[in-house]
Amino acid sequence: MTRYRLRGVALHAALVLALLVFMFPFVWTIVMASNTTADIYRFPPKFSFGGHFGDNVRQVLENVAFFQSMANTAVVAISTTLLVLFFDSLAAFTFAKFRFPGRNALFVILLATMLLPAQLAAVPQFQTMAILGWVGSLKALIIPGAANAFGIFWMRQYFKNSIHDELIEAATLDGCGFFGTYWHVALPSARPALAFLGIFTFVGSWNDYMWPLIVLTNPDHVTLQVALSTLNRSHGVDYSMVMTGALLAMIPLVIVFAIFARQFIKGATEGAVRG
Amino acid sequence: MTGLTTVRTAPLTGSSTGQRRGRNVWSYWRFYLALSPFYVLFAVFGLYPMLSTILLAFQRWDGLSARRFTGLDNFAFLVKDPTFWTALENTVVLFLMSTVPTLVLALLLAVMLQSAVRFTNVYRIAYFIPNVTSLVAMAIFFSSIFSTNFGLVNAALRSLGIPQQDWLGQPWGIKIAISTMIVWQWVGYNTLIYLAGLQAIPKDQYEAAKVDGAGAVRTFFSITLPQLRPVVLFTVIMSTIGGLQTFTEPQVMVGNSGGTGQSGMTVVLFFYRAAFLDNDYGYAAAIALSIFALVLLFTAINWRIFRGRGEDR
Repeated sequence: MTRYRLRGVALHAALVLALLVFMFPFVWTIVMASNTTADIYRFPPKFSFGGHFGDNVRQVLENVAFFQSMANTAVVAISTTLLVLFFDSLAAFTFAKFRFPGRNALFVILLATMLLPAQLAAVPQFQTMAILGWVGSLKALIIPGAANAFGIFWMRQYFKNSIHDELIEAATLDGCGFFGTYWHVALPSARPALAFLGIFTFVGSWNDYMWPLIVLTNPDHVTLQVALSTLNRSHGVDYSMVMTGALLAMIPLVIVFAIFARQFIKGATEGAVRG
Repeated sequence: MTGLTTVRTAPLTGSSTGQRRGRNVWSYWRFYLALSPFYVLFAVFGLYPMLSTILLAFQRWDGLSARRFTGLDNFAFLVKDPTFWTALENTVVLFLMSTVPTLVLALLLAVMLQSAVRFTNVYRIAYFIPNVTSLVAMAIFFSSIFSTNFGLVNAALRSLGIPQQDWLGQPWGIKIAISTMIVWQWVGYNTLIYLAGLQAIPKDQYEAAKVDGAGAVRTFFSITLPQLRPVVLFTVIMSTIGGLQTFTEPQVMVGNSGGTGQSGMTVVLFFYRAAFLDNDYGYAAAIALSIFALVLLFTAINWRIFRGRGEDR
């Protein structure tokens, strides 16, 4: 009996150690963001939270258009997410529940597009943006990503497995058309799948770095990730301020994740095992 | 769009092909309309630029003057460009330095997490958080702890009496710093994938092994690992696709130059520089095609290794 208990203690000790390693960067970021740069530069370094967080935030706001960047990022992430949820679920519902000429061919094309790396399109895409007049505009981030193959594929699996054909037939008999069936029957029953796709898209869009770096050419009108990178490059020695910026950029994401964590983890791991 | 709701449709999944043959293709317009956003966006922002990239790889273009066909010149130059080979080597080395520890640690944690009964949800959420954190913010964090004079890593070394290292100023230091960050970010995600795979293994197989007198280690290698193979293949392929595209970590930690000895220069950073700093679009297109070839090659290798062994058994 004691041997089992000892093993249990050792097991949790190892798991807690891993947890501390995963959490450490967040804690240390808060330590750096709440102290002065001089405190961080000391040896041995200061290990406790300080009272300079407010000053550091003020400094961040003086050096980059932080709120503007955050607003830009929020606009991009929220609109991309809403568009993806709508377009992907509509296409997925169509693929999952209806027959029409060319369905299989279209689906194979959709799967094939998932293999293509983004760099393959980046150069001409920039030229396209220039022709459309979207260089420097948030549209260049939102529109190309408004529908994606992964989301359609993922939602289609869900609709196939969880919506019975009888339900759709019943809706049709009740006078629901194609779009009505989608809106009143399919969408409400797909909430868990939508939650996963939504947060997946939101996180990806919030953290996107390379394409915004390329296409947002006006340094005063960028996303948070680009602003943070600029802050790091120009004020790299001022650790406490740069880490405060990093902390502020992480907070919204941690909140979104905390709300949807269970559904998100379930969705993210299920696909791997089933496929 | 609301007009659609009043119109009666639709051939459902059950409808026979006989009915279909009689109908005009245009009568399915609602379905094509529903699918159109993805295909229109892909045509404009995916297919068209990719085809242009292929064309561009055989041209010379700075974005301003007229495009000029130069045949295979870009590729000939690429093969002789030492930076390209450095970038290729760095990418593969970084991929191995980060993926191998990530997957081994993840498997270890998953096995432990499976036998834990309490607090499993707390662990799962905490382990996953690194994966949804801002890459740029974390790259800044990791460059700060690896900083030579004021970093936490050197402070730890100093207190142990070990001389401090110039981590971000020397080739191996840069690689260690970058791969540490990648490992930190991906162990938790892969742990949860493996955990889901472990939980899908039927319990009676373990019981049978126990009856046969197999120990924990034997059981792990003869039951757990073989059953987990498809999941391992999935994680290896995902890590490969992600690893070969490493860009944000080195770009933020050591800058566009790739750092000392260009040891943080990855193929995607190399591509980014050629395209958007040097405006050498034809050359960048050739690099992009080689990245695509690299992804296909590595995916095929993974596939062969894991599938091949599966058939032997």
